[in-house]
Amino acid sequence: MDRYSFWTLARNAVSGHRKLRPAWRRHQPKSKYDVLIVGAGGHGLATAYYLASRFGGRNIAVLERGWVGGGNVARNTVTVRSNYLRDESIPFFARSVRMFGELSRELNYNLMHSRRTMIDIVQTSPKLRELKRRMKIMDMHGSSYEEISVSEVRRRIPALTGAREGSRLPIIAGMVHKDAAVNRHDAVAWAYARAADSLGVEIHQNTEVTSLVVDSSGRISGVETKFGTISARKVALAVSGHTFMLARTAGLGLPLRTFNLTAFVSEPIKPVVDVVVNCPDLGCYFSQTARGELIIGGHPDPGLSYRRDIKQNVFEGTVSGLLELFPSFGRLKLLRQWGGHLDIAPDGSPIIDRTSVGGLFVTAGWWGGYKAIPAGGLCLAKLIATGEHHRLASSFTLARFDRLDYIMEAGTTTVV
Amino acid sequence: MLIIECPFCGSRDEREFDYGGLAKPPRGRIAEVASDREWLDYLLIAEEQGEIAEEYWWHVRGCGEWIKIRRNTLTHDIESPEGASRS
Repeated sequence: MDRYSFWTLARNAVSGHRKLRPAWRRHQPKSKYDVLIVGAGGHGLATAYYLASRFGGRNIAVLERGWVGGGNVARNTVTVRSNYLRDESIPFFARSVRMFGELSRELNYNLMHSRRTMIDIVQTSPKLRELKRRMKIMDMHGSSYEEISVSEVRRRIPALTGAREGSRLPIIAGMVHKDAAVNRHDAVAWAYARAADSLGVEIHQNTEVTSLVVDSSGRISGVETKFGTISARKVALAVSGHTFMLARTAGLGLPLRTFNLTAFVSEPIKPVVDVVVNCPDLGCYFSQTARGELIIGGHPDPGLSYRRDIKQNVFEGTVSGLLELFPSFGRLKLLRQWGGHLDIAPDGSPIIDRTSVGGLFVTAGWWGGYKAIPAGGLCLAKLIATGEHHRLASSFTLARFDRLDYIMEAGTTTVV
Repeated sequence: MLIIECPFCGSRDEREFDYGGLAKPPRGRIAEVASDREWLDYLLIAEEQGEIAEEYWWHVRGCGEWIKIRRNTLTHDIESPEGASRS
């Protein structure tokens, strides 16, 4: 791997960037690997990287239907935060947020990581009560959350001119999560791909896995692709919304339902807000990107969905909430919209586990999984390499559903 | 946006409805005969994904009727609106 630095940048500038080498290589797929990871998104690539870098994994391939960084890793709002509710979740996400902070250096790639702080604009007392409860639990786990006054909220977000005293839902408080950050989604995918490649991981784009292959003893033996069968003793699924369908090809039923979560982006404008703003009572959140665009998200569409665009009523619902707080944004033009498939477990918490099919692992149930890429990859890599759960993810098992022992995070995941 | 056929109000826009979940067989009968595994599968596994989902919608901002529809989860086309069972 060519190391990136100021000097390589300068040297390549002099030679007109003609000597830059591809960040990762192309290969012909072999017929057999030790470990196959399905899905070259954030979690798949991070798992491959940590397998190779932390656990000495060799002979690993990542299979991707489309291209690196073309799935949900590019279909989110790049918010990295750890304000969750449960004892099981907070240490996991807090670790992931810390890992993100170190990642540019570790992967030698500028992720444009920017610690922004997230401010919740609270408009109802039940919501304030719930957030204060989260504050107490987060305090025990070393994640930060604190209450600020309405005047402080307005001082820190000058564009917030709506929801005044006497309006339908006046602001009653703000909650500040200092650990929150944003970064560049493409860079995260590319950096993990490049670092994994340099450690010998093969990344195969345009290689769709059509089904899983199970041998007569009920153990995984490989996957079917358009290049034929590729064998492996260990296969990990990191395919977000397609986990249920792909696991079904191995006769496995997983407690996941696929939903559509969407976001959209405004035209670029001068700096107007320097924090991540979350409006839990009206169901919207946004931040301003380095390019100046406002990136805005809202509620998921109810009901099962494999769409990758936004529905008009979801879009209108999000915009009308946003304009109640930020009336001046009504003059903005919107540039792009997109949707991603989320595979959601009944409790809204993730699954990082082996399955009842021997050798088949799964990382799934990521609702806002972008923030979990480093820790999720590390925990799955440890499980694949050693057969033991990482302590941060030891609760995120499939067995919890057999006891209906939920880690309820439904409600703290996206717009809350 | 879905346009859902209500037997009382006619074709109405999705915003008048709340999603009411997947239409599964009544749980009473299953709970009596099922093993633990079958009961968990009934609660947790949604087989309808990737094709047609049978689901309830509640006309909560309309007449209050519960309506069962068959919807394609990729295109969101509603196949055959089944008039509400008035139970």
